Amino acid sequence: MPRALFEKTGSAVYISHLDLMRLFQRAFKRAGLPLTHTQGFNPRPSVSIALPLSLGVESGCELLDFDLETDGFSFDEIRDRLNAALVAGVRVLSVYDGGRKIKELAYLDCVVTMEYDAGVPHEAAEQMEALFSRENVVVEKKGKNGVTEQNVIPMIRSLTVAEGEGSLELSARVCCQNPTLNPMLLGAAVNKYLPELAPDFMKCRRVEIYDTKETIFR
Amino acid sequence: MTERKQRILPTVQKPARYTGGEWGEVKKQKEDVRVRVAFCFPDTYEIGMSNLGMRILYGVMNNMEGVWCERVFAPWGDMEQAMRENALPLWALESQEPVKDFDMIAFTIGYEMAYSNILNMLSLAGVPLHAADRKGLKNMVFAGGVCAFNPEPLADFVDFFSLGEGEDITVEIVSLYDRAKAEGWSKEAFLREAAKIPGVYVPSFYRHEYNEDGTLAAIVPLDGAPEKVTKRIVEDLDSAYFPTNMIVPSTEIVHDRANLEVFRGCIRGCRFCQAGFSCRPVRKKSPEVLCRQAVETMTASGNNEITISSLSTSDYRGLPELMDKLLPYCKENKINLSVPSLRADNFSRELMEKLQTGGRKSSLTFAPEAGTQRLRDVINKNLTEAEILTTCANAFSGGWNSVKLYFMLGLPTETDEDVLGIAELVYKVIQTWKEQAVNKKRGLRVHVATAYFVPKPHTPFQWERQITLQEYLRRCHLLKSHFYSKSIEYDYHAPDLSRLEAVFARGDRRLGPVIEQAVKNGARLDGWDEYFDYGKWQDAFRTCGVDEDFYTVRGYGEDEVLPWDTIDVGVSKKFLRLERKRAYEGKVTPDCRHGCAGCGAERLLEEVSCDA
Ligand code: SF4
Repeated sequence: MPRALFEKTGSAVYISHLDLMRLFQRAFKRAGLPLTHTQGFNPRPSVSIALPLSLGVESGCELLDFDLETDGFSFDEIRDRLNAALVAGVRVLSVYDGGRKIKELAYLDCVVTMEYDAGVPHEAAEQMEALFSRENVVVEKKGKNGVTEQNVIPMIRSLTVAEGEGSLELSARVCCQNPTLNPMLLGAAVNKYLPELAPDFMKCRRVEIYDTKETIFR
Repeated sequence: MTERKQRILPTVQKPARYTGGEWGEVKKQKEDVRVRVAFCFPDTYEIGMSNLGMRILYGVMNNMEGVWCERVFAPWGDMEQAMRENALPLWALESQEPVKDFDMIAFTIGYEMAYSNILNMLSLAGVPLHAADRKGLKNMVFAGGVCAFNPEPLADFVDFFSLGEGEDITVEIVSLYDRAKAEGWSKEAFLREAAKIPGVYVPSFYRHEYNEDGTLAAIVPLDGAPEKVTKRIVEDLDSAYFPTNMIVPSTEIVHDRANLEVFRGCIRGCRFCQAGFSCRPVRKKSPEVLCRQAVETMTASGNNEITISSLSTSDYRGLPELMDKLLPYCKENKINLSVPSLRADNFSRELMEKLQTGGRKSSLTFAPEAGTQRLRDVINKNLTEAEILTTCANAFSGGWNSVKLYFMLGLPTETDEDVLGIAELVYKVIQTWKEQAVNKKRGLRVHVATAYFVPKPHTPFQWERQITLQEYLRRCHLLKSHFYSKSIEYDYHAPDLSRLEAVFARGDRRLGPVIEQAVKNGARLDGWDEYFDYGKWQDAFRTCGVDEDFYTVRGYGEDEVLPWDTIDVGVSKKFLRLERKRAYEGKVTPDCRHGCAGCGAERLLEEVSCDA
C-alpha cells in the first residue's frame, strides 16, 4: 500500500482527524486518482491516517496510507496531483511504497511554543527543565472515559527548553504509541506546577516520528 | 507573537468554521478589486454553507471583474463571547478582514428567525445598525431571500432589498455601486438610481401611515418611488449561471453534498405554502444541462453525494430522462444520489427502489398536512388517503418498516374532527402494515409530527388568524391522547417559535424596535434550541409596547392595507382572494397541468410561457 508523508500547517490545523480523512477522499477524487473502496454495506474509500493529531497542532510528519485502483501513476505524479487538489496548509511532501508497519512507531519530537507578552520570566527555562526532571509530574488527561490522571515523566525521552524572542520553546521526544503522550500536556504541566510561568499563549508542532530504536520512521 | 484571533481559535468549538481556506473559495488580489462585498448568511457556517442560493450568488458576484465577494456567517456563542471580550470585529472568511471595511454588506434571509442574527452580526461587525446612521456609500447593507417578500420588520436596518431570483439583479446592483463609488456619489443618489433597477425596493422611499386601531392606513411612495416593486426571475434556467465549482467545506456541515435544482416554481398551489406561490411561474432546466452540471460539479468538488432540489421533484417532467442518465453515472462513480420531495406515484415508487440498491431502506415520508380529506381540500393539498395507503402497502410488502407523517395544526376551518382524523389516518397506516408487512418481527415505526400553522404573506391564507398558543397545545394534547399504539412516535413543534415566526412573517415597521430590543436582551441564534429564549422576545414586545396578538390571532382584513402590498411576487392579490374563497367553500384548484388557474405569475415572463 502506498504511503504519503504530508504536513498540516496554517489554518488547516483546525481540520479534525475525521474531516481530514474526508478531505483526502475528496482530494483524491478531484485529482483523478481512484481510491479502492472497502467491502461491505457502506463501501468507503480506503484511506487511513496514522496517529490522529489534536486540533490546533501543526505537523511536518503526518502519514497517510491509501490504495489506488490502478498503478498507472508514478509516486511523484500522485504527489503533484494531490497537491494541486488539496487545500492550503495540507501539503504532500512525498509518496512512497514499502512504508513500515504503523505499529512500529514509538516516539515523536514535538515543540511546544509558549508566548509571554510581557517578556519571558526570569530563569523560566531552567525552572521548566527542573520540573521535567522530577519523578512525578501528574496532569489531568481527558479521555473517552472522562478525566484521568497521568504521570507524564515516564513518557518523556528527552526534553530541553530554549529561550526565544518573547517565548520559550520546549522541545521534547515523547512516546506516541502505547502509551501516548499528548504534547499539549507538557504545557498543562507547566500551568499546573509552575503557575507563575503560565504563558499567555501556547501552541504545539509535531516535528518528527521515530521507531523504537529512535531512527526516523517512514 | 501570535495575533489575537489565532489565540482565540483553539479555544472555541469547531474552529474550522472561522478560518476559510476551503477548496473552491475565491481569493482575489485586493489591488485588482474595486468593490468588496461581504456576503452574510445570518446563521452558522454549517447552515449557510448548505444553502444553494448563497453558493449561486457567491459565484455570480465573483464572476464580475473588479468585484470580490466573501462569506460571513454568524459565530456560535463561544466565539461571539471571545470576539467581544477581545474587541475583535466580525470578519469575512476569504481575506479574514473586518466586515466593516467592506463596500457592500449583503444578507440572504430564508427564515424570519434569523432577524436577530442580522442585527447581531452588524453589531459584531461594528457597523451602525440603522440605515439612517450609515451615511456614505461604505457599508451599504442590502438583503434578499424569501423574507424580502415582506421586508418591513427590517426596514430600519437594511438600505435596500433585492427581490426574487438574484442571478441578474445582483450584477446590476453591484455594477451600479461600482459606478457610484468611482464617481463619488452620495448614498442618497445611489439609492435613487438603485430604485430604478426592477426588483430593488428601498424602504426609506416609502412612508407607512397607520389608523387609530393600529392597522395600516396607507403606504405612500415618496419622490416618485414606484408604487409596486416586482420581484425578478430568471427566464431561461438552462443558460443561467450555476456554480459547478462549489466550495467544498473542510469541516462537517448540515447538507454536505452537491445540489441540482431541476426547476423553479410549483404547479401544486397548496394554499398555505409561501414558496409555492412566491416562486412562480414555473421554469425548468433540461435533463441534458442538469446532467452536464452534475458531472462537472462532482468532478470539480470530489463530492460523493448529490441531491435533487426543488419544491416537488416528481412534478419535474424530465425526471425519468434525468434519472436514466444520472443513475448509471452515479453507480459507476460510487456517488450517492438522493431524490427528496417525491410524491406517492408509481414512477417515484420504482425510483425509490432503484435508489435503495444495497444499503438500508430509508423511511417513507408523507406530508398530508391535514387529517381529513375535507381539510386537505381546504388547503388544496391533493394527497388522498388511498394514495398514502397504497404507497404504504407497497412499501411494507417491499420490506420498509418506517413511515414519517407530517401535519399542521391550526389550519383555517380546522375542527377537532380534523385533528382526530390524523389519529385515524395513522391507525390505517398501522393496519396496512399488519396486513402487508413481510417481516413483522422488526416492528413498525410511525413518526408523526405536527407543526403550528403560520399564515404567510403572498399566500391565499395571508389574511388568516393564527390560533392561540393555548389552543394549539390543546389540539396537540387531544391528538396525543388518541395515539394508543407503541409504534407511534409523536412530536409537536414547540409553539413559541412558530408564534414569533407568525409575528414577523406578516409584520410591519413597528417591529424594528422589537428586534433591536430583543437583540439587546441577548436574543440570537433563535433557530437553535440551545439559544432560543422566548422570554427575551416577550420582554422586547413589552418594552416596545407591541402586541403580538395583533399580528397573529387577530387575522388581517381582506380590505386592509397589508405591509407587503408594495411587493409584487407575480401571483395577484385577486387570485389569492379567489383561492381563499375556494378554500372556505372546500373547493380544490387542480394543479397547473390540468390547466392554468390564472395566478398571474405568467406576466413576469417575456420570452416563454409558464412551463407548468
Ligand atoms: S401562471 Fe398558470 S400555470 Fe403558471 S403557475 Fe400560475 S396558475 Fe400555474
